[in-house]
Amino acid sequence: MVAQLQFRDVTLGYERHPAVHHLSGEIASGALLAVVGPNGAGKSTLFRGIVGILKPLAGSIAFGDLDVRDIAYLPQSAEIDRSFPISVFDFTGSGLWRAIGAFGGLGRRERRRIVEALGAVGLNGFENRPIGTLSGGQMQRMLFARVLLQDAGVIVLDEPFNAIDAKTSADLLALVRRWHEEKRTVLAALHDMDLVRANFPETLLLARGAVAWGPTVQALTGDNLSLARQMCEAFDDGAAACAAHVPPRAA
Amino acid sequence: MVYDALVAPFADFEFMRRALVAAIALALGAAPIGVFLMLRGMSLVGDAMAHAILPGAAVGFLLSGLNLFAMTVGGLIAGFAVAILAGVVSRVTELKEDSSLATFYLASLALGVTIVSVKGTNIDLLHVLFGNILAMDNQTLMVIAVNATVTLVVLAVIYRPLVIECVDPVFLRSVSRAGAPAHLAFLGLVVVNLVNGFHAMGTLLAVGLMILPAGIARFWSRDITGMMMIAVVSALLSGYAGLVLSFHSKVPSGPAIILVASAFYVVSVLFGRVGGILRQLFPAPHLEA
Repeated sequence: MVAQLQFRDVTLGYERHPAVHHLSGEIASGALLAVVGPNGAGKSTLFRGIVGILKPLAGSIAFGDLDVRDIAYLPQSAEIDRSFPISVFDFTGSGLWRAIGAFGGLGRRERRRIVEALGAVGLNGFENRPIGTLSGGQMQRMLFARVLLQDAGVIVLDEPFNAIDAKTSADLLALVRRWHEEKRTVLAALHDMDLVRANFPETLLLARGAVAWGPTVQALTGDNLSLARQMCEAFDDGAAACAAHVPPRAA
Repeated sequence: MVYDALVAPFADFEFMRRALVAAIALALGAAPIGVFLMLRGMSLVGDAMAHAILPGAAVGFLLSGLNLFAMTVGGLIAGFAVAILAGVVSRVTELKEDSSLATFYLASLALGVTIVSVKGTNIDLLHVLFGNILAMDNQTLMVIAVNATVTLVVLAVIYRPLVIECVDPVFLRSVSRAGAPAHLAFLGLVVVNLVNGFHAMGTLLAVGLMILPAGIARFWSRDITGMMMIAVVSALLSGYAGLVLSFHSKVPSGPAIILVASAFYVVSVLFGRVGGILRQLFPAPHLEA
């Protein structure tokens, strides 16, 4: 298997405090990887590092020949201004950005793709609704429709099934499986261990560093999970500089 | 009678015609910008920027008197400097845009007042503070018209990244590098339109034709295209009605325009189709599904 993403001793964090500390390893092209860990383990931070929103404090993340902008990233939805007057159709259509850019028109083909994507997530008939009128589950369905349109080789989902009912998460999980069958690389931060065991062949158990990384059955043992839970969440303001620090270099 | 009140002032007096042209140009440029300011929660940012252009205009004024070109260039330089510095600081550091902007505009305003009080004699700063839409010469009209044209063209170019940057900035950053340039271009347009308003209505009211029409539009439309249309129309009507009002009364023209816009705003708050008070007190019956 070809490596799609490589973590080279990468440290990510805020104001010099590491949230992901000295992570090394690689994700194979076409992998379906669950990223699991307690709150504050660094899951979101890792994803922000992967999509380039956060620069590494040390080490690097290598993408091979992938352009970082061709990674589809679904953050936790709190970052969207839902009061903004934009329709579901237009919002979802922004997923075509890499295809049509800032000036490309929405032709009949693009319009059909948007309608199809909304259909695939069960949002037929919602095209003209303002995004502010959607429920939490409908919002998440719309965000999945946008990821569909991005047609990306690597898909990064940050806690995609939080506060979502069983029917919706089952529907969205089917999309994730479809992406896996289409040989896309999918990473998802998750808290539901049963869901991970049932659907994700590979798991990274994260607690600032990698506690375990490999086939899900071997990674999610009781010992490993309690080890991850013991991780201290708080930053220590008086912490000394990390002895293993190497300045970041270009990927 | 109606003709005498509403048309004759413009038919009979050239300065009224010039003022009307200026008001139309101002409305076309400023109202759409105001809608974006409102949607981004930056209405007061526009106000802050209006104060920020004061030192530049004051320097131009002191160097070459009431020279329009010098004041425009000075105002643009000061405004861009503040807008870009604030934008850069908020992007590079954790500081939010509003607080970094507040810092820079206060520094800029203090600098302006310092310049005026150190160098100033008995300069007529009334023009700087209140403008004069009734004294539009060809040169000024041309500057305002060019600025309005530039605004509409640039807004059309940055429209898509600007909208997505407003609604989902993290997404835009993940697919494109257009977010930051679009944002800076937008702040530039804010400055251009403030300088525009500055000539007609002075530094204190320059921001009025941006903010009030946007506030009015919010009560009549749910989508952004409709909001911009309504904002432009209400700005045009305010400009026209304000000029008529000031012609027939002793109200100065700049404040008259803003007062008319304020009246439209009050009507919108009370009777607006989208979330107006009357609608909330007497809601239509709820639907089946």
